[in-house]
Amino acid sequence: MKDLIQNILDLAKLKGADYADIRIVRRQSEEIEVKNGKVEALTHDEDFGFGIRVLFQGAWGFACSSRVTRTEMGAVFGKALKIAKASSKVKGKEIVFLPASPVVDRYKTQISIDPFGVAPEAKLDLLLKADEIMRRNKRVKISEAFSGSYKTEKTFASTEGSYIEQEIIECGAGISATAIEGDEVQVRSYPNSFRGNFATQGYEWIEKLALRDRAEKIADEAVQLLSAKPCPSKTTTLILDSSQLALQIHESVGHPIELDRILGTEASYAGTSFLNTEMVGHFKYGSELVNIVADASHPGGLGTFGYDDEGIKAQRVPIISRGTLINLLTSRETAHHLGKESNGTMRADGWNRIPLIRMTNINLEPGAWTLDQMIADTEEGLFLATNRSWSIDDKRINFQFGTEVGWEIKGGKLGEMVKNPTYTGITPKFWSSCDAIGDRDHWQMWGTPNCGKGEPGQVAHVGHGTAPARFRNVQVGVMKT
Amino acid sequence: MIERESAVRLLRKVVQESPADQTEAILLTEDSSLTRFAGSAIHQHVAERNQTVILRVVSGKRIAVVTTNICRASSLKESLEKAISLAKVQQPNDQFISLPGPESIPEIKTFSPNIGRLTPNTKVGMIKGLLRRVKEKGCKGSGALSNGEVELAVVNSLGVEAYQGFSDLFLHLIVENEISSGYASFVSRDPDQLDVDSLAREAVGKTSGEEPTQIEPGEYEVILEPYAVSELLSFLGYLGFHALAVQEGRSFFSNRFGEKMVDEKITVYDNGLDPEGLQVPFDFEGVLKKKVIFFDKGVAKEVTYDSFTAGREGKKSTGHGLIAPNTEGPIPINLFMKGGESSSEEMVKSVRRGIYVTRFHYTNVVEPMKAVITGMTRDGTFLIEGGEIKRPVKNLRFTESILKALSRVTAVSKHRRICSEGTVYSRRFVTGTVVPAVKIDGFNFSGVSAI
Repeated sequence: MKDLIQNILDLAKLKGADYADIRIVRRQSEEIEVKNGKVEALTHDEDFGFGIRVLFQGAWGFACSSRVTRTEMGAVFGKALKIAKASSKVKGKEIVFLPASPVVDRYKTQISIDPFGVAPEAKLDLLLKADEIMRRNKRVKISEAFSGSYKTEKTFASTEGSYIEQEIIECGAGISATAIEGDEVQVRSYPNSFRGNFATQGYEWIEKLALRDRAEKIADEAVQLLSAKPCPSKTTTLILDSSQLALQIHESVGHPIELDRILGTEASYAGTSFLNTEMVGHFKYGSELVNIVADASHPGGLGTFGYDDEGIKAQRVPIISRGTLINLLTSRETAHHLGKESNGTMRADGWNRIPLIRMTNINLEPGAWTLDQMIADTEEGLFLATNRSWSIDDKRINFQFGTEVGWEIKGGKLGEMVKNPTYTGITPKFWSSCDAIGDRDHWQMWGTPNCGKGEPGQVAHVGHGTAPARFRNVQVGVMKT
Repeated sequence: MIERESAVRLLRKVVQESPADQTEAILLTEDSSLTRFAGSAIHQHVAERNQTVILRVVSGKRIAVVTTNICRASSLKESLEKAISLAKVQQPNDQFISLPGPESIPEIKTFSPNIGRLTPNTKVGMIKGLLRRVKEKGCKGSGALSNGEVELAVVNSLGVEAYQGFSDLFLHLIVENEISSGYASFVSRDPDQLDVDSLAREAVGKTSGEEPTQIEPGEYEVILEPYAVSELLSFLGYLGFHALAVQEGRSFFSNRFGEKMVDEKITVYDNGLDPEGLQVPFDFEGVLKKKVIFFDKGVAKEVTYDSFTAGREGKKSTGHGLIAPNTEGPIPINLFMKGGESSSEEMVKSVRRGIYVTRFHYTNVVEPMKAVITGMTRDGTFLIEGGEIKRPVKNLRFTESILKALSRVTAVSKHRRICSEGTVYSRRFVTGTVVPAVKIDGFNFSGVSAI
């Protein structure tokens, strides 16, 4: 493989490329889905190929192929170069591609149990047992359990002399119970909705989730929701559980701080950002309690890796400090806008996509409150848990979320369950209303395995560490039926 | 492209070597390119070549699926063995009846040789021309132009042998000046149908030199352009137009067949053979696509099936199987809404005070059984007063039941257009909906963008 790679890099230099890199990526996954006691899906997926990125006279070209041969690599390089040459006819400002010191290194996710060494029967058994417990509640019409194991082996090499090999393991699992009565459909999930919680950990992560232990409660809550009262429509105090807050961070902080989005490169699809580079250093993003970091080195985070897809080492970067925006997510091409070096956030979804600025682990630092203290300190409000729906505008300002369940808070105590809770807000106003954040004991890492961006579309695996937090004067109960 | 004979031969070999009771092999090849531009400059320009084989084996009603893009004979043999071993670890699924048998598939032309003329230089030239027209109007353009050559082959052990080659081109364009933006998009199998002038004119026509004003949330008359209608229809397709959702009791159609659920001007159907859409003659199980009518003059009529959901009811697949394992259900991918009698001008003239919506952004489900969704407007949102488009307004958030909205339709445009999602995740298979514009008397906007 090294010979094949070196051949291409030599060719790139020979042909006058300003820069070129090649990524060879092999991905394997095994996913199991059970529903109502039956196996819905038992799949194994393997994907292998390479992609070559070329910078030539100020324009990028990228081409890729699943045929990993010397001849094909040569042809693909030629294609990438041709594309770059063509694109240079309609280029914008000169690309400033910051240099990087060459790196020769290896990185591997530290795991205890190789998920691909665990027999499928054992994985299936774990899911079916949790599923069976949920179905004991006869009013649960759909019981589901899911587990996924993923391995990515990638080699990155560049004309600068970098050669980095990485092996990243990810695992995730979850359960959900759906209760249906008439036109009422209610779902409860554990540990999170949309298939569960994911991490760069081995199968020990799935075992620790202890799906079976939570199955009965999940089923009971789904059924209770059928007869719960609807979420009231009012402006009130909101406490979000950490899984919902993770998605709040994702949509209203993680995406707007992507510098490529700010510079307009995502305008044609997912949109831009309400932020601009001039705001860095003084924009009040949230209250003084709000401290957010981008940490690609956090052990086990779904957005954790060794090096990004430009050969920059994973790092921990403060983004919001005491409510003030102090940095953005950058790349080698964009960091100069802030007068800084790249903070290593470029990742591609496989061999057949170019790297884009992606969230790593975007974490809200813990505060000083326990959840019980937060509730006890709240005269009137709502506690919402587990995401059910999400939407935000193309500048990341106006958002609306729905959760699976909520509970009223009255006189400092959790009260009645409410169904179909929704809330809406304006990003900086919302974050500025944050007046309590849970402590380290309540802080947890959440994996978002379905972050979409780019054209062709790419899915990134990102993480968000957070504890529950409280927000004042939030409009809830948006849904009109 | 590897062409029919090679594709079918490759799959036939794997299927014939399989010891399983039933075996299905799908081949998807892709040779595609995408040129992306922002701020009137090309910033990303990519090309991909890939081929994926999806093997589904059934042994004693135990089913497993293995996917690989390493298509050497030895590798496919390993994949087959892997699938067999995975199938063995399960209990049988007694709800599984059978993979489908062969049907005659009509010859339909879904590949245009004109696609081969789209070299990197040609495409850059097209974009250059487009951006020049946009610049003439004082705007900058962002968007993507993508072309693909895709092959789909399905072979199974019951005798299905289906092959089709597809070409596709889509271009979507957002144009912006200092204070507003506009949108237009195009999709076709034949790049010669692309009229860059017309597309630029359409998108620029949505921009304005006037600062958008803020209006209060509330219920308004709306005109929804086809892009927005397409989004509503796609959600209905995902939530409830298919048998899996009905069988699980989570479709808005559950127990309501034969009932008038929306206005009688609304007829919605799926038809993979209709030449007005992006034709797809057979599904991912090799079954001929049948026309399925969801709303027939407002009345809930029928849903789509694949072989699994059909088998549960003793019915035949309607040809809406997606790639196995399809846990989402036989979601329709060639949706149509019947056109009406009105022109766009007539529809606008009939609005006393309402909102003109070009398209939606980031829509998501709030309540599935009532088909309540939320999202934002984007790229061309205007206030209509006294039958005239008066001024641009700040983007609005809507939260509304699609069913309620469609029950309040008071006009449907004669003209329809084909709309496509406009990007491709994972395996390339471009599809589109064919929809008119609609006028709705009473559509709920629940919020306003702060910008």
